[in-house]
Amino acid sequence: MSLEIKNLHARIAGNGTEILRGLTLTIEKGKVHAIMGPNGSGKSTLSKVLGGHPDYEITDGDVLLDGASILGMEPDERSRAGLFLAFQYPMEIPGVSNANFIRAALQARMPEGEELEATDYYAQLYEKMDMLEMDRKFTARSVNEGFSGGEKKRNEILQMLMLKPKYAILDETDSGLDIDALRVVSKGVNSQRGAERGFLVITHYQRLLDYIVPDEVSVLVGGRIAMSGSKALALELEAKGYDWIKEDAAEPACA
Amino acid sequence: MSTEILETPASPATQFDIDRTAGNFSYPEQHEFDAGTGLSHATIDYISNVKGEPDWIREFRHKALDVFLSKPMPTHWASHDLDNIIFNKIRYYLANAQKPTRSWDEVPDDVKRTFERLGIPEQERRFLAGVEAQFDSEAVYSNIKAAVADQGVIFCGSTEGLIKHPEIFKKWFGKVIPTGDNKFSALNSAVFSGGSFIYVPPGVKVKHPLQAYFRINAENFGQFERTLIIADEGSEVMYMEGCTAPKFETTTLHSAVVELVAMKGAKLQYVTVQNWSANVFNLVTKRAIAHEEAEVKWIDCNIGSRLTMKYPGVVLKGRKARGEVISIALAGDGQHQDTGAKMIHAADETTSNIVSKSISIGKGRATYRGLVHIPKHLKGCKNNTECDALLINAGSRTDTYPAITVRGTGNACQHEASVSRISAEQIFYMRQRGLSEAQAMSLSVNGFVNDLVRQFPMEYSVELKRLIDLEMEGSVG
Repeated sequence: MSLEIKNLHARIAGNGTEILRGLTLTIEKGKVHAIMGPNGSGKSTLSKVLGGHPDYEITDGDVLLDGASILGMEPDERSRAGLFLAFQYPMEIPGVSNANFIRAALQARMPEGEELEATDYYAQLYEKMDMLEMDRKFTARSVNEGFSGGEKKRNEILQMLMLKPKYAILDETDSGLDIDALRVVSKGVNSQRGAERGFLVITHYQRLLDYIVPDEVSVLVGGRIAMSGSKALALELEAKGYDWIKEDAAEPACA
Repeated sequence: MSTEILETPASPATQFDIDRTAGNFSYPEQHEFDAGTGLSHATIDYISNVKGEPDWIREFRHKALDVFLSKPMPTHWASHDLDNIIFNKIRYYLANAQKPTRSWDEVPDDVKRTFERLGIPEQERRFLAGVEAQFDSEAVYSNIKAAVADQGVIFCGSTEGLIKHPEIFKKWFGKVIPTGDNKFSALNSAVFSGGSFIYVPPGVKVKHPLQAYFRINAENFGQFERTLIIADEGSEVMYMEGCTAPKFETTTLHSAVVELVAMKGAKLQYVTVQNWSANVFNLVTKRAIAHEEAEVKWIDCNIGSRLTMKYPGVVLKGRKARGEVISIALAGDGQHQDTGAKMIHAADETTSNIVSKSISIGKGRATYRGLVHIPKHLKGCKNNTECDALLINAGSRTDTYPAITVRGTGNACQHEASVSRISAEQIFYMRQRGLSEAQAMSLSVNGFVNDLVRQFPMEYSVELKRLIDLEMEGSVG
């Protein structure tokens, strides 16, 4: 079981510039796969393309979730099929309480005519919030409205814990986090690691990978995977930067 | 169908004294009383005869018709769509019986089915102090709980009010909104039928809301209910109205006049949740007079209709009176919600608050018109106005026309307005959590009006949420 990205080509809709240029990557269930790469290499595009963002169009390749292509699916269908995206910049939804939003998302996964049980729901929500050291008052506040950067990221992880996806993509979840928040967010993610879930962790910095230790690290350069390796690769990147890989990647990418 | 009755009632007025069911030939089983198509002084005599009204009302109606005919359509400022109302193709009075039943069982079956589908008797049992259900021109059912009636509260239709309680009715009727206020208040004054008459004696606090439900069921028809509510000194009452109509190919006219009087220290709340079908011209005049230390609050919620023009107002006549208008308008594709509020400050230390939120979907158009008037000689008056518009699609439209006159040095006025859009990124974010596009839109729209909806009675906020969901479902893909 895996999320399989095969020779994926994507560009901004209506614009010729290709951003993903033959990206191939497999995220296996039970594993954490980290993606690193310089600015402009296509990291955030990858997460949006996987989520089905309408700004992008796929020109070639495929994405298989446990063997079935998701490219023909709407963003909400992909979500209900088990794909979760922790946003780099989570959106604010004025007037909609956090508790109602997460509840609506869970309700959307239930069969027609079935209602979510309110007491069970709140019990679960409070348990996860305690784990993420979030104050109870966040249930009544509008989704992400007036949240600090760190609070928004915790809120993303809270949604992930509640929705229990098969595959979670964390898009620079560490950006804007201080060390305490990073520790808490990582604790939340690590609690979800296990045989039934795969993670794709997109990050700029090695630091996050000290807390969420990856099984595999890949480097994205110019819209395709330039190199893959173990956790040690992340440390090497931190020491040497990306330039040496960029030079290698300038060669035809087929290895 | 309606062409068959075109010719019927245009005969001399005297004939109606003999045959009160003239003009009724096309639908004997449906409408015992039918004033026929078109509007003339004969139409008015027919209505007055059928209702058995006193002469002063008959004269009031005839004068009002002359005022209506003499006034031009207000298209110099309002929508030219008004010119599409063909007054001589409308039927002005349709009813089955003159007296509403007090028992639900006696309501005719088809009418009963209509209201049961709308949840009326169930709501009454659960949380209402009294209910009136109007079908076309007359109420078919009217009931007030005994405990409330025993306190001296009067709750009945306008005809019963003016015949049985003339000493109260006459004193206030047409005083808050004079016949000549505008073309449509004149029209209503000429042909009004149905609506509620409520009197709450001094000091009586009606704990549960009184509710009226207005249903248009006939084609080529105009509904002209007339409501007069008097909350005597220190009393409290909440009145709620709901409105619906089936969708016809032809246009339907709804033109009500609602007058509220809050005596010293009284508290009066008037809640409307209107969901007219998209062929209804909804042209309503609503105004209140608030005496010393009285509080009047209009909660006005407009969904549906082809064109709604409605600006609930409060004349703050006594010292420290307070007026409030909470307005929500949802303009769907092809609809124009032209709504707002009027606050006329006429005494010292009066305060008013207007909060208006509108949502435009597709090519829908929401217009806010606000009038705030504080003259120079007053002291310590305050107005706060907030008006926020949400645009859903690229072709959606909103306009704001605030008219604010604040004179003198001791008065304050604050006006805030905003226009926002639901962004594509916001929708994508919500869809990424598993909500369909329609669910995401609906949640955003509900969020936008949420702070206002929280002020609604529980049952109505649930109903409003359901209506928004339906409207958003229809607007996506």
